[in-house]
Amino acid sequence: MLLFVLKRLVYVLPIALGVSLICFALIYLAPGDPASALIPDNTPPAVAAQIRQAYGLDKPLPVQYLRWLGRVLTGDFGLSLSTRRPVISEVIPAMGNTFKLAGGAILLACICGIAFGTRAAYRSGRAADRLIGAAAIAGISVPQYWLGMVLVVLFSVNLGILPATGMGDIKSESLLAELRHLILPTIALTVVPAGLIARSVRSTVGEILGQEFVQTLHANGLPPSRVFLHIMKNAAPPALAVIGLEFARLLGGSILVETVFSWPGTGFLLNSAIFTRDLTVVQGTVLALAMFFVLTNVLVDVLQMLLDPRFKRARAASGAWQ
Amino acid sequence: MDRRAFLKTGASAALFPAVQHLGMTPGRAAGEKVLRLAMTLGDIPLTTGQPSQGAEGIRFIGLTLYDSMFGWDLSRSDQAAKLIPGLAESYSVDPDTKTLWTFNLRRAVKFHDGSGFNADAVLWNLDKLLNKGTPQFDPIQVAMAGSYLAGIKSYRKIDDYTVAITTNEPDAMLYYRLAGINFSSPERWKEVGGDWGKFAERPSGTGPWMLEKLVPRTRAELVRNPNYWDRERIPKLDRLILFAMPDANTRVAALLSGEIDWVEAPPPDTVPRLKQQGMQVVSNVYPHVWPYWLSYTADSPFHDIRLRKAANLAIDREGLCQLLGGLAIPARGQVDASHRWFGKPAFEIKYDPAAARKLMTEAGYGPARRCKVKFLTSNAGSGQMQPLPMNEFVQENLGQVGFEVEIEVVDWEALRARRRARADGAENKGVYGLNNSWSLMDPDFGLLSVIHSKNAPPVGNNWGLYNDPIADALCDKARLEFDIDRQDQALAALHQYIVDQAMWIWVVHDLNPRALAPKLKGFVPAQAWYVNLSALDMA
Repeated sequence: MLLFVLKRLVYVLPIALGVSLICFALIYLAPGDPASALIPDNTPPAVAAQIRQAYGLDKPLPVQYLRWLGRVLTGDFGLSLSTRRPVISEVIPAMGNTFKLAGGAILLACICGIAFGTRAAYRSGRAADRLIGAAAIAGISVPQYWLGMVLVVLFSVNLGILPATGMGDIKSESLLAELRHLILPTIALTVVPAGLIARSVRSTVGEILGQEFVQTLHANGLPPSRVFLHIMKNAAPPALAVIGLEFARLLGGSILVETVFSWPGTGFLLNSAIFTRDLTVVQGTVLALAMFFVLTNVLVDVLQMLLDPRFKRARAASGAWQ
Repeated sequence: MDRRAFLKTGASAALFPAVQHLGMTPGRAAGEKVLRLAMTLGDIPLTTGQPSQGAEGIRFIGLTLYDSMFGWDLSRSDQAAKLIPGLAESYSVDPDTKTLWTFNLRRAVKFHDGSGFNADAVLWNLDKLLNKGTPQFDPIQVAMAGSYLAGIKSYRKIDDYTVAITTNEPDAMLYYRLAGINFSSPERWKEVGGDWGKFAERPSGTGPWMLEKLVPRTRAELVRNPNYWDRERIPKLDRLILFAMPDANTRVAALLSGEIDWVEAPPPDTVPRLKQQGMQVVSNVYPHVWPYWLSYTADSPFHDIRLRKAANLAIDREGLCQLLGGLAIPARGQVDASHRWFGKPAFEIKYDPAAARKLMTEAGYGPARRCKVKFLTSNAGSGQMQPLPMNEFVQENLGQVGFEVEIEVVDWEALRARRRARADGAENKGVYGLNNSWSLMDPDFGLLSVIHSKNAPPVGNNWGLYNDPIADALCDKARLEFDIDRQDQALAALHQYIVDQAMWIWVVHDLNPRALAPKLKGFVPAQAWYVNLSALDMA
């Protein structure tokens, strides 16, 4: 088991290197000169050259990349070009804020998705199944930023019961006040993963319900609640894969939802960094998010292994444990 | 109780009874008058002295925390803002060399940390931007102040309240450039260990507001400076909270829900709703123009003045302003017709498609032979207004008189890069117009940098390589005129000339809308990119 985890972590290294290269290259592949946002209009050429030199933008690209990578490996993501704050001190609080949002959204999505997906599977072909199926498709299809704006208009502008923007100030407000700020963006972010989880659970549970072992369990007189537990345990790995992917996606930050609600997470950070052409923040944020995505997938793999003995047996048979 | 009130009461009571009283802003002393202002920015501008993020950064951080040698008179709305004495009470220029400027500094001015402002502080700040050999030299602030640093050769202290600055050559535009250089406290910088990063968290300037709290990417809280040197401009409000809120609809929703008192740039289609809800939608003309810069490369058709005039006459600006919800006015030149630099052009820019068609015919174009041109624009960007529908509107108008316009849309930063690449750059081949809005706060940037033939990039901003000896001579005359009234007359003569030459296609001037909560009073919409927040009060 430990070897499996270590192997998966080793596989992460080339991915990380590739991600770092792409992150660095993206800045230069984007239209325009990377230094253009730094240099105001009408700047004398001598001052412009001085600015390029100060930021190392006058060096060849491979040199710039290796310097950047060297610093990143020591945890130094550089300084924000527009705020001069260390990028790491920008990214970590933003990830914390996004984690709050993503955590709330995935929790709500799991509760709704699993409950409605299971209900639909048990009521296969009936009205409840069709209704839940339609709702799930609607959830997946609704643009989150649009839903966000509708929620703001309804609950903030018209009813005036929930704040439209920001996340409050935990130091001078209560936890409840911060939670109020969390409600609308969480709902806006929940609908897509809830729809996907509901569809996945409905499909898996429906399939399991038709399997012989379920009939056998019923025939042996097991109470329905115990049978249900067996079904859910079998349905867990595929659902976990969807949940893991969705959680990783949510942690990546939703630029649109976070911007609509001015929620200071990674999506909001990326949005403002892109618009201000704050290249070091864009690089640092994308790299941190990509690594988070990769590590979340590693975690899901490990959890799947723990939950489903078939994975263990399959790997043992194929020699993957060696 | 009607249905809506019932719903509101019911939902409030059922869902959040305990926390209904809490707003989005932190709790603070009772009775404080607090202005909550939503900027269009995604982050709080740099607070060390030279703010980041362009004019909005200067508007809300530069002019609140800091002062310059000269400030903008933002007390009236009936004329374009002029410079007034700031930290320099007066100045003189040596009549012989015209390169030696002497500044008499205002006495008894204190930084927010209590230290005194004097000639040493001025020199220390100039070193901060111009002298790489000093510990306080800050490349990031150099990057923000880049355009203001041109032409300064040396500087020295004459006495504690007098400094002298020498320029490389006679250049009256230094007056305007010095309005962009802010003064940070040397004492505070020493106190924070010479670390500009720490200074940004505890900045100290001489401005009417003092930073109390900075939450990166979210908000800055400023409190009034009761000891501000200009008693007239001590803020009436106690606290100003600046929020970074880049999404326009979010800003409007925050205003309508009572979380914000002031929003910048509400979208035109939200204005009726804002007015209906009792909000004050304030706008005024300001030194901004939305034009097409024309190319004067060898292959450009716009060498022919008849085509330039035809294009200017082909655009239904009134119709375009209607499209923009009335938040723009037709342009009749680089500056608006009420501006002191407008002059008396003989060529009247108006909507006259018949005259435009006649000029096109004289130039050899018509339905059988259309004049094909390509214009470059951006999908968004600072001051670009609603570039896509506006470009389509202009494209349609020009098409009706014999042009065949192709619009190339690029990202805002890419547009700026293409502007710096000049019209004869390889990437601009075949592009004969650049749709890039422009600021006219100061004449050096707004006029001379785009007109004089010496100012082709990278020296200046003459993208189209406009080269006219008469215009150059008029630019030189303005640059060498040190008396501001006579300089204004020289600039008016220059502007009059370029309008008569139809140097560019001028379309509209933005009206810079902002929406204020009904309780706010005392706001004067100055004809400037900046605002005076000190005058604001609450009913």
